Amino acid sequence: MALSTDTLGELREIAARYPQKRSGLLPMLHLVQSSEGRVTPEGIEACAEILEISPAEVSGVATFYTMYKRKPVGDYHVGVCTNTLCAVMGGDEIFTRLKDHLDVGNDETSADGKITLEHVECNAACDYAPVVMVNWEFMDNQTPDSAVQVVDDLRAGREVRSTRGPALCTWREAERVLAGFPDGRVDEGPSAGPASLLGLGIARERGWTAPDAPAPAAVSGGDPAPAVPEERAEEPRATAESGDSTTKAAAVEEDAPTSETAAEKKEAD
Amino acid sequence: MSTIDTLTPVLTDDWDAEQSWKLATYESRGGYEALRTALGMAPDDIVAAVKDSGLRGRGGAGFPTGMKWSFIPQDNPKPKYLVVNADESEPGTCKDTPLMMASPHTLVEGVIISSFAIRANHAFIYIRGEILHVIRRVQAAVAEAYAAGHLGKDIHGSGYDLDVVVHAGAGAYICGEETALLEGLEGRRGQPRLRPPFPAVAGLYASPTVINNVESIASVPSIISHGAEWFASMGTEKSKGYGIFSVSGHVERPGQYEAPLGITLRELLEMSGGVRHGHRLKFWTPGGSSTPLLTDEHLDVPLDFEGVAGVGSMLGTRALQVFDETTCVVRAVLRWTEFYKHESCGKCTPCREGTWWLVQTLAALERGEGSEADLDLLLDQCDNILGRSFCALGDGATSPISSSIQFFRDEYLAHLTHGGCPFDPAASTAWAGSLTGAAK
Repeated sequence: MALSTDTLGELREIAARYPQKRSGLLPMLHLVQSSEGRVTPEGIEACAEILEISPAEVSGVATFYTMYKRKPVGDYHVGVCTNTLCAVMGGDEIFTRLKDHLDVGNDETSADGKITLEHVECNAACDYAPVVMVNWEFMDNQTPDSAVQVVDDLRAGREVRSTRGPALCTWREAERVLAGFPDGRVDEGPSAGPASLLGLGIARERGWTAPDAPAPAAVSGGDPAPAVPEERAEEPRATAESGDSTTKAAAVEEDAPTSETAAEKKEAD
Repeated sequence: MSTIDTLTPVLTDDWDAEQSWKLATYESRGGYEALRTALGMAPDDIVAAVKDSGLRGRGGAGFPTGMKWSFIPQDNPKPKYLVVNADESEPGTCKDTPLMMASPHTLVEGVIISSFAIRANHAFIYIRGEILHVIRRVQAAVAEAYAAGHLGKDIHGSGYDLDVVVHAGAGAYICGEETALLEGLEGRRGQPRLRPPFPAVAGLYASPTVINNVESIASVPSIISHGAEWFASMGTEKSKGYGIFSVSGHVERPGQYEAPLGITLRELLEMSGGVRHGHRLKFWTPGGSSTPLLTDEHLDVPLDFEGVAGVGSMLGTRALQVFDETTCVVRAVLRWTEFYKHESCGKCTPCREGTWWLVQTLAALERGEGSEADLDLLLDQCDNILGRSFCALGDGATSPISSSIQFFRDEYLAHLTHGGCPFDPAASTAWAGSLTGAAK
């Protein structure tokens, strides 16, 4: 089915946010999912036409990222974290229980079309393990029973709130936010969950703070007393030493060494 | 100099404020004052202040942030870009997510100051797509910043223009690798690029680009407000400042603790109530699953870049995943290995094929099949991946395997003699106390 004129307009709007329009492709595919319930051939064609690239190129992107679905997704996407920490803390048991309860396998949708179940990788909420995500909202500190309750409530049309966020919307509504169209739910939910505040609470209780700032003059930045002047020359080398290990985890999150480190590394080698 | 407190809330300091994510709350607590200071400074002086602070990248590698900024060739006529890596996906890592949810303006203010320093007029915040409410909060913070004149044209009459785009990813661990992230941001499959050229020279759209982790950028306003010396007064000799430590797993109270670099797991465990009642520490990751495992021998290792490297691991993202003696290390490592196999982008052979073989070998061992020689086979497979893969993902995949064989070889062998896993997975769960009737 062809995409609506409104959707096509919004796809163009996404592309126009960027200095080079192809950068819009990831959010554009989120919008296709919001509008069509999955990445459809028509959605791929539409993105390709707007971005002036081939449908094969769009398809190549759509098949690379796990959040893009080629099969219809239920009203609610339930992701159970089964990466090591959550799995050990009970995520495996939750996932097994939900599979049985919903009578589905991984990445399948319940017969009533309401719930798509998938096991997901670490979702950056390890201090709330075991974690379940519903439409990418946090459901913290779950048990098999609580997870069953969540899916039953969703199937019965009862309101379910994220433990650290708003009342749950549908998967298609969530995909629209990911495409960059806010839904007005930003002010729901707390600032932070209890685990996020633990250290801060202890600091408040014990009167611990960061040191007082020095007199305002130090802020000028013009010629502040360098904190570690003599070490400057050594710093890159220190980094290069850890470079072997740096090649390890390092870049996986960010901060890969820049050209100078490479040079340094060659020297070090 | 006075002694520094055990915990030093800076980034987390606003998290308990009412509606902490709102501009009004942030400004009522001194927010955006650093921006006004920065706009009155020469950009090079901001770079110098960040260099002098000793701030090192908070996304895992620990490269000096100010130095990274200084690699941007200012004589290059192309536009410069700042890209924030908010693709927090390293297993165990959960610091940037609560930061952006509770205090997105700290990040936005850092983005504006950092962009001004490197003379970028366009910045991007690449947030993993799987944290919807965090994306809402950052989208709203950027919109509020525009409305208040902190973003857009001629910011506060300075003549400086900056546009910020919040970009949602779509599920790919590899996009935490900075050049793969750039591919994603250019609308392509997230596969890492060959370096050199480094992003500082040819990054986004082949233009000079700085890519920094959320926590690195969020630390910048405090450095501008309080000075480089203030920042460097915390931490250790070569690992300056504060950082968020994320303690998870088998502890009484998992959570976030913001402390000077160099704090120890022993101190963090004391604050988090210790390993859960009746159990003892078996192994832990200092900075996510890509950092080699440590054990109870390492409770007093200073958690700074040098201290953790000194015991053969890495500080990484300060993601301390704690496992007690009920946990089967083979099961844990197999699951991480399956993760790396799933997330391997497929670009290079050692990682694409190697992670597949690692899973085959490990899974057989976990089932109690195979022989002791398979441990050597595993280490041999690791040898063929580590240092031979295109990016750090393949290298990281070998860390849990080689370190677990180093510390827990007998446990692997026990699977062979036992004909399978000798552990009861139910004993490791968060509700194990109530299952077994044991006192919590």
